[in-house]
Amino acid sequence: MTELTKLTLKSAIDGLKAKTFSSAELTDAFIGAIETANPKLNAYVETTFDKARAQAAASDAKLARGEGGALEGAPLGIKDLYCTAGVRTTACSGILENFVPTYESTVTQNLWDQGAVMLGKLNMDEFAMGSSNETSKWGNVVNPWKSRGSNAELTPGGSSGGSASAVAADLCLAATASDTGGSIRQPAAFTGTVGIKPTYGRCSRYGMVAFASSLDQAGPITKTVEDAAIMLQAMCSHDVKDSTSLDLPVPDFSSFLGKSVKGLRIGIPDEYRLDGIPAEIDALWEQGIAWLKDAGAEIVRISLPHTKYALPCYYIIAPAEASSNLARYDGMRYGHRAAGVQSLTDTYEMSRSEGFGKEVKRRIMIGTYVLSAGFYDAYYVKALKVRRRIAEDFTKAYESCDVILTPATPSAAFELGDQAKAADPVQMYLNDVFTVTTNLAGLPGLSVPAGLDSQGLPLGLQVIGKALDEGTVLNIASVLEKAAGFSAKPARWW
Amino acid sequence: MAIDVATVKKVASLSRLRESDERLQSLAGELNGILGWIEQLNEVDVTGVEPMTTAIEMPQPMREDVVTDGDKVAEIVANAPKSVDGFFVVPKVVE
Repeated sequence: MTELTKLTLKSAIDGLKAKTFSSAELTDAFIGAIETANPKLNAYVETTFDKARAQAAASDAKLARGEGGALEGAPLGIKDLYCTAGVRTTACSGILENFVPTYESTVTQNLWDQGAVMLGKLNMDEFAMGSSNETSKWGNVVNPWKSRGSNAELTPGGSSGGSASAVAADLCLAATASDTGGSIRQPAAFTGTVGIKPTYGRCSRYGMVAFASSLDQAGPITKTVEDAAIMLQAMCSHDVKDSTSLDLPVPDFSSFLGKSVKGLRIGIPDEYRLDGIPAEIDALWEQGIAWLKDAGAEIVRISLPHTKYALPCYYIIAPAEASSNLARYDGMRYGHRAAGVQSLTDTYEMSRSEGFGKEVKRRIMIGTYVLSAGFYDAYYVKALKVRRRIAEDFTKAYESCDVILTPATPSAAFELGDQAKAADPVQMYLNDVFTVTTNLAGLPGLSVPAGLDSQGLPLGLQVIGKALDEGTVLNIASVLEKAAGFSAKPARWW
Repeated sequence: MAIDVATVKKVASLSRLRESDERLQSLAGELNGILGWIEQLNEVDVTGVEPMTTAIEMPQPMREDVVTDGDKVAEIVANAPKSVDGFFVVPKVVE
């Protein structure tokens, strides 16, 4: 039954409804695949196979009666950032090593309400801070893709590296992920999968372990654009438990797919042509432009003049919010408490120093510094003002275009243990150069696999939409997906 | 605005983090690198620009001021490193 794991979410849902196979068979196929692959790929940090089998049996009973939700019987992987009641949730941090939530995040509750089956929790960078999955307490994930003729292990990207690797290696039908600066789209691009970050506020953040609250947004990683529409549909909802959740109806995302794109104006930003970007990525971008032109879209040159300031702006705002959010880990109410220390301050300092990893500590300190007396205006308030400039760039650009096309990442997947990136944090941060702008502006962005580089590694294109216009983003992505005919899968070595 | 080791030590203390002297030294270099890179924001003219504090402009939602939750003592202390009779046990706070 290994073939079942290769199905798309859509075809699996259809097969379950038609009773071609049962959810129990499908779930067992994934359990077998995970047991074989996970020792090599390290995508799952916790498996919940008993729960999965019970959920599958309940789904099969519903399906037999002709009942069930939109995801009835579909086995999914859940990023370890989502609180799952009774199932350990660590955000891949030592400080939450033994944390077992007593409540469920709204996004995952929505999935269970639609009949989804949980296979387990997926690996990620600690507190979603990282671009290579190397900051996880539980060790890095390995990308199922390898460069042609090389046996070197590659990063699946980050922070949602477990989600991306699991979807690419057929270890779940689809996965939840989250995106603060590119953490859905960069791993999707590195693994030949589709990832969408919706408009800020589309998904409830209730029960998601917080990193930078004004930037964090949930979204799925899937095998196809159609699957992304189905998953996003199930994940989005208005939620009174999150005051930034949008009180707006969620459109039928799948209904946008297949619409004509004739006359749609595609913006191509001058400022995304960066020095030092591999020629293959520029060529893929040109190819994407040509595909959309062939489909009848109109190509418009646009300018987003503050693009180069987005990353430095992000590296003030995100650490500032993180330093505040992570102040909750004090070793008192939950999480790690250092042993053998007496005073209150010693307990705080030792618990946090033992519990947090190096990158998280570094970001907490940057955040504390830019918020401290004397620097608050020069750094933090300044960054908030630049953030508005970046958002205004998009507002202005959307006067002359409907959607924007860019590369998703400045490179293909790189080797784990990259010394240059390890030595210089700024080099690692540059991974998000094309994706971070949409987090600052709150806009939807999607990465779709569009081709392979000369090493045989997948490359992605990014589609950025107007606020609340995920429908058009998905439709444009599906045109690119069709034109690219991307069907490559990593050769199985695990 | 170069950061010296003494400043890093102060920031670590404000962050309630304790780092070894060796690590503080290395952090000074790392933070200088990152903050030096961030300095380019000074090129942007932000005269008259309002700080952007939220990704999407929307009115603050209001709700009825009623009790909607409670009676969850066991759940609240379920993950506590130390608790007794539904109370968190913490180090001595007042000398």
